[in-house]
Amino acid sequence: MKKELFIERVLFFLALSSIGSLLLITVFIFLEGVPLIAHTGLDNFLFSSHWAPTRGHFGILAMIISSVFVTLGAMVLGVPLGLACAIVLAEFSPQPVKTVLKPTLELLAGIPSVVYGFLGVVWLVPLIRDYLGGPGLSLLAAAVILGIMILPTVISISIDALSAVPDLYRDGSIALGATNWQTVRRVVLPAASSGIITAVILGMGRAIGETMAVIMVAGNALKIPTSILDPVRTLTSNIALELAYATGRHREALFATGIVLFIIIMILNLTATVITRRR
Amino acid sequence: MRLDPRISQTLMKTLLWTLTGFTLFILVFIIVTISIKGLPQVTPAFLLQEPMDMGRAGGIFSTIVSTIYVTVLAILLASPLGVGSAIYLTEYTREGWVTRIIRFGSECLAGVPSIILGLFGFVLFVMKLGFGWSILSGGLTLAIMVLPIIIRTSEEAIKAVPQEYRLVCYSLGLGKWQTITRIVLPSALPGISTGIMLSVGRSLGETAVLLFTAGAALRTPLSLFDSGRTMAVHFYILAREGISMPNAYGTAAILMISILLINVVAYSLMQHLMKRYS
Amino acid sequence: MQYYRHAVDGRPGFDRMAKIPKYTYPNLRGFSSFRRCSILVLALACLLVWACLVGCGQKKSSENICIAGSTSVQPFAEKLAEEYMREHPRMRIDIQGGGSSAGVLAAQQGVADLGASSRELTPEEKKLQEIPIAYDGIAIIVNKVNPLNNLSLEQIRQIFQAKITNWSAFGQAPHPIHVITREEGSGTRNAFEELVMGEHAEISPVALVQDSNGSVREIVANDPYAMGYISMGLVDPRVKAVAVDGVPPTRQTVKSGKYKLVRRFLLVAKELQPGPCNAFVNYILSPEGQSLLESEGLVGVGD
Repeated sequence: MKKELFIERVLFFLALSSIGSLLLITVFIFLEGVPLIAHTGLDNFLFSSHWAPTRGHFGILAMIISSVFVTLGAMVLGVPLGLACAIVLAEFSPQPVKTVLKPTLELLAGIPSVVYGFLGVVWLVPLIRDYLGGPGLSLLAAAVILGIMILPTVISISIDALSAVPDLYRDGSIALGATNWQTVRRVVLPAASSGIITAVILGMGRAIGETMAVIMVAGNALKIPTSILDPVRTLTSNIALELAYATGRHREALFATGIVLFIIIMILNLTATVITRRR
Repeated sequence: MRLDPRISQTLMKTLLWTLTGFTLFILVFIIVTISIKGLPQVTPAFLLQEPMDMGRAGGIFSTIVSTIYVTVLAILLASPLGVGSAIYLTEYTREGWVTRIIRFGSECLAGVPSIILGLFGFVLFVMKLGFGWSILSGGLTLAIMVLPIIIRTSEEAIKAVPQEYRLVCYSLGLGKWQTITRIVLPSALPGISTGIMLSVGRSLGETAVLLFTAGAALRTPLSLFDSGRTMAVHFYILAREGISMPNAYGTAAILMISILLINVVAYSLMQHLMKRYS
Repeated sequence: MQYYRHAVDGRPGFDRMAKIPKYTYPNLRGFSSFRRCSILVLALACLLVWACLVGCGQKKSSENICIAGSTSVQPFAEKLAEEYMREHPRMRIDIQGGGSSAGVLAAQQGVADLGASSRELTPEEKKLQEIPIAYDGIAIIVNKVNPLNNLSLEQIRQIFQAKITNWSAFGQAPHPIHVITREEGSGTRNAFEELVMGEHAEISPVALVQDSNGSVREIVANDPYAMGYISMGLVDPRVKAVAVDGVPPTRQTVKSGKYKLVRRFLLVAKELQPGPCNAFVNYILSPEGQSLLESEGLVGVGD
């Protein structure tokens, strides 16, 4: 009996490890970052686009806008493609095709992000530069690469959501005389909407958090982008570019950027959890 | 103008299949490009030689060793914690605020972007704790990154073990811990192994975290405190600086093959163990 | 080993004791497969830890040097390290990148044994010991197909300030100039800002930013409209280095002082004690090390 109690205590502490490490990271980041936000003022930090850390200017507006646009672009490209694939795989394809295609698409998830970035630099960037203009390293390139990268997430979660809709719904709809597509559009998709929204939100979280591929294709210029062919620097690239040599206030500024990223992603995760909980 | 539903169905199906075909084309393009340009580079010499001249010549042996070290360390650290947490969450508590907090913590940890983990690992392990750029710093940070994956998959696997197994054990007089170690965990082993394989696959492709914690040294690391670059980091440096495109493609090919193999092994392991235990 | 106290037919008493099994050597037969698995894993883990600790001890005795910092210095340090390790097989020299400021910071904090910098130390950093190892020029590079051959210092400044933004200013077909710079912590960037931009001009925020010499060179080599600056020793046939005020960047012009964009490569350390670090530094400053650097395109400190 004592042994059981002891084991239970040990396991409890192990279980605390996950929340413990999360707390450790959160506390660490906040401890290091908040002094800087207090120093420059929250509105100055978030709404000034002058980032010159060695001279004391810590405005991350340009990077927030770039991150937002890059993510939106990735959504515009990734969600329709992903949803189309999910619908085709879950509803319109016969079983043998499904058993072949599903693992193949999971393969996409295994490709490292730097490989995507590299292929983007070698294939996509010259295309943009020669046919659309600009240096090629641009918002567009980052959005396209990120869109491709979030495809596996969106596809697999959407497929799960679509498969979870009971066949009863489909049968009822077809019994009433609807075509397959009408069934999908008016019955299955609305029924799976919470799962699909979760997929989109998780895809968004993945896109915002991606660093290496974006550094390789986005150009990392400090200006607020005015066209999709402009080079941009996202919040994540900023941290990665300056991490190695930042000291003092500069390093605190990077932690503060981390706080902003953290909060954005927490909000996204919470929204996804709430939506799945509600259903 | 209302379209005949059959026509609109044909239109939409064509559109959807085209989009799917496009997605598959992208996937196939990526894999074929890397394979065509990279596989010719993968020779036994490439795999067994150390990189020379900043990676322009020689092979990638040291990066393979570093990758193995870092991944094994991360799995060794994260598995006991992860499986233990999963056991606690499923066996020892009911659904209450405690489990919800722990699960929430694990989900949030899963969502933390890798660069923030890299930032955290760099400042805490490399700088403040003084480990320097080392396999140890890399493994510790990577362990934090894969912990949620292991917790999630282990929990699912343990929950999937039928309650009858446990009841039979209790009725035979076994204690809780005995039941868990002798019956529940072995039955859940397929799922737990899948989780571990997924973590290995995830950490193979991880660059942002390891560039800042394990560093980018070219030599084979001989101890936990040595720095070493993993294959993904090596590929990133080669590709970004244009040091050697053939070698970059070769490294990418090996990376992709390893991740592919791990996925295949995980899948077949799961099938095999499921047959054995059910 | 177990033996049974209670009797076979239920009555207690040691005269009715059941068989005591004879001694069997400890084996794992009685353990469940899971236990066996976990014991195996634990044993492997212990082995790994032990191997690492032994390796750790070996690390101390095999003399390990960690150099971090400038991406300009990095390839040359690698060359030197390769040669040195060939002559001293027990040495192990690790070279990390990160940029000059990262290297100086790492040296300050003791994370690296030596920091490599391609710029001069700031007054706060002067507390560290600095060892100049070579002189290097900063080359302004453009794509191979670009017909440009010469620029004045003023023109370079205006291009990087984004005051001149189009190649038409140089008689070429009109196209925007894609300007590439390094990140703020780069020694090459700091040296460039000091030598070219001066006190009052700033590099424009629309410039593309890359975090190493190699990646700048890579982009310029692939983009016909790009211009950037890299360490002179890293120029290769894929890019063209333009002359500045009529002076082409070569070893001779740097050595003679005619080429103005020159900066020192420094190694910094908190305190150089006699030991493996000192030995390596002495090797770099020796005629052998310096001639290796000169053959790679740098100018030695002896001149």
